[in-house]
Amino acid sequence: MTIIAAPGNLKPHLNGLKREDSRKNAYQNGREKHGPRVGVGSRQHSRQEAFEQPPMYVAVMTYVGYGIVTLFGYFRDFLRAVGIEKCNIAQEREEQKDFTPLYQDFENFYTRNLYMRVRDNWNRPICSLPGPVFDLMERVSDDYNWTFRFTGRTIHDVINMGSYNYLGFAENNADFLKTVADRLQQYGAGVCSTRQESGNLKMHEELEELVADFLGVESSMTFGMGFATNSMNIPALVGKGCLILSDELNHTSLILGARLSGATIRVFKHNNMLSLEKMLKEAVSSGQPRTHRPWKKILIMVEGIYSMEGSLVQLPEIVALKKKYKAYLYLDEAHSIGAVGPTGRGVTELFSVNPADVDVMMGTFTKSFGAAGGYIAGKKELVDYLRRHSHSAVYASAMSPAITEQIIRAMKCITGKDSSTEGIRRIRQLAENTRYFRARLKELGFIIYGSDESPVVPLLLYMPGKVVAFAREMLARKIGVVVVGFPATPIAEARARFCVSAAHTRDMLDQVLHHLDEVGDGLCLKFSRRTPPSRPDPSEETDFEPNS
Amino acid sequence: MSFKNMREYLAWLYYQYLLITGIYVLEPWEKSIFNSIFFAAIAMVIYTSYVFVPIHVRLALEFFLGIFGGQTESTVALMN
Repeated sequence: MTIIAAPGNLKPHLNGLKREDSRKNAYQNGREKHGPRVGVGSRQHSRQEAFEQPPMYVAVMTYVGYGIVTLFGYFRDFLRAVGIEKCNIAQEREEQKDFTPLYQDFENFYTRNLYMRVRDNWNRPICSLPGPVFDLMERVSDDYNWTFRFTGRTIHDVINMGSYNYLGFAENNADFLKTVADRLQQYGAGVCSTRQESGNLKMHEELEELVADFLGVESSMTFGMGFATNSMNIPALVGKGCLILSDELNHTSLILGARLSGATIRVFKHNNMLSLEKMLKEAVSSGQPRTHRPWKKILIMVEGIYSMEGSLVQLPEIVALKKKYKAYLYLDEAHSIGAVGPTGRGVTELFSVNPADVDVMMGTFTKSFGAAGGYIAGKKELVDYLRRHSHSAVYASAMSPAITEQIIRAMKCITGKDSSTEGIRRIRQLAENTRYFRARLKELGFIIYGSDESPVVPLLLYMPGKVVAFAREMLARKIGVVVVGFPATPIAEARARFCVSAAHTRDMLDQVLHHLDEVGDGLCLKFSRRTPPSRPDPSEETDFEPNS
Repeated sequence: MSFKNMREYLAWLYYQYLLITGIYVLEPWEKSIFNSIFFAAIAMVIYTSYVFVPIHVRLALEFFLGIFGGQTESTVALMN
């Protein structure tokens, strides 16, 4: 993503050409006519996602800042090598000084000289439930963040804008958790076996039926860990002689799974349908390199919501492409399941795509369901094959009974099977909170990435000094934010990532926005050069009163 | 943002300078090193411009006035 560009206005990241617009309109019209789950206030979703460029001086000063800190990094490394300064980080032993160096690559340099200086903003120890507010342990450092010590005090009631708690299921209400406690009593904490041996509980099958029903597919399978769901199942689905077309900004678990499988991987530009179509055409017409035999399988890997950008996948276009070129689609809905869509069923519902069109639907239970684990869903033959051939099924321990029950109760709550309206209330609260938060942030003048419907809100900070100062200032005001820099993001696009939750009240969001306003002025973070949008039309607001 | 006095405003400006150049993350003695180098460079720029800019401006003015002034004189001489 180029950052050195002419300072321009809003640059909409419209990924189709003009001819795509007609297709977009057709889908939107189609949704009005026959969408079975049209939901509340069927307004047109604006799928225009903005990735605004900052003013030129911001980009230049970001690089200057990194340059100066790098120079000082070299200076400190020199002092350490000469012996004037003690080296606190791992280094080679005396006897191995002539061997191939272990710690000389840029990543180690960066860790030693930049990350270590400011690492008090990450790995902060939490000592309460990660709900909408939480408690942090106060820690200080005497030697510039090489070591920490706890002062013994706790910082209470810090507003939590970092946890993936989209529907607020990270709660410890005794009534809601009664069934979970019962199961823990009944089955104990661990399963002590894999699914294929003696770890297949009846609860697991009940959960899998619930998941399949929730998503509208034939069958599903659950695993104990979300990361392992991707990295251990992709090798079971594709192998050598297959082609994987993966989005530029895919998560590490997808990339790891793709590499482990041994298939050829080609990367297309983020959300760019032209790039994807070009690659598909080329793959279908030229086949495998050198031999030109046709590819055994072509798998397109995309995510529902990309967590660093907050952008949504362009699902209808991808489904059309995959049908035209006869490829398979793997959709990773880690962040979007439960968080988007009128009834929380993810991007397939949001875009009114038939779930049968997506060949492999994957998701995790960590984010919206307040538990841990992942699932893969699709046709019965696919899931039966995975039950026998997946590494996770054969070797990984099965999901713990308490966690399984938590997911079951969360899912029953969302779908309304426990005959209460709590689930649908939370989904609507999340949608409203997201809309409100994003609109207010844009009004305040910050640069926000991503689609208006995604509850993940990245706020761009750019300069390394400001990233650190922002995190510290917000903590001083009792708001916990997650800031991300290189290497999780491109080097010049450091950001703060907010995760809006259904458990946040309007008051909490207002407090956060108020402090953001002050910190934004104090640190000069309001880079946006858009004209602020007019107030939203009152008739478009939902008439559903949120519980405060 | 309202500042109670000039001191606070200057402190805020210094804070912005620390953030923008990235010095904010360094230890105090490294900040001092960078500040002295930066200040020395700025002082040299100011001194050089104080010494040389008037001379250069005067020479440039003489050069350009010399061209046009000389032309006018010779035209007048021809007319006469």
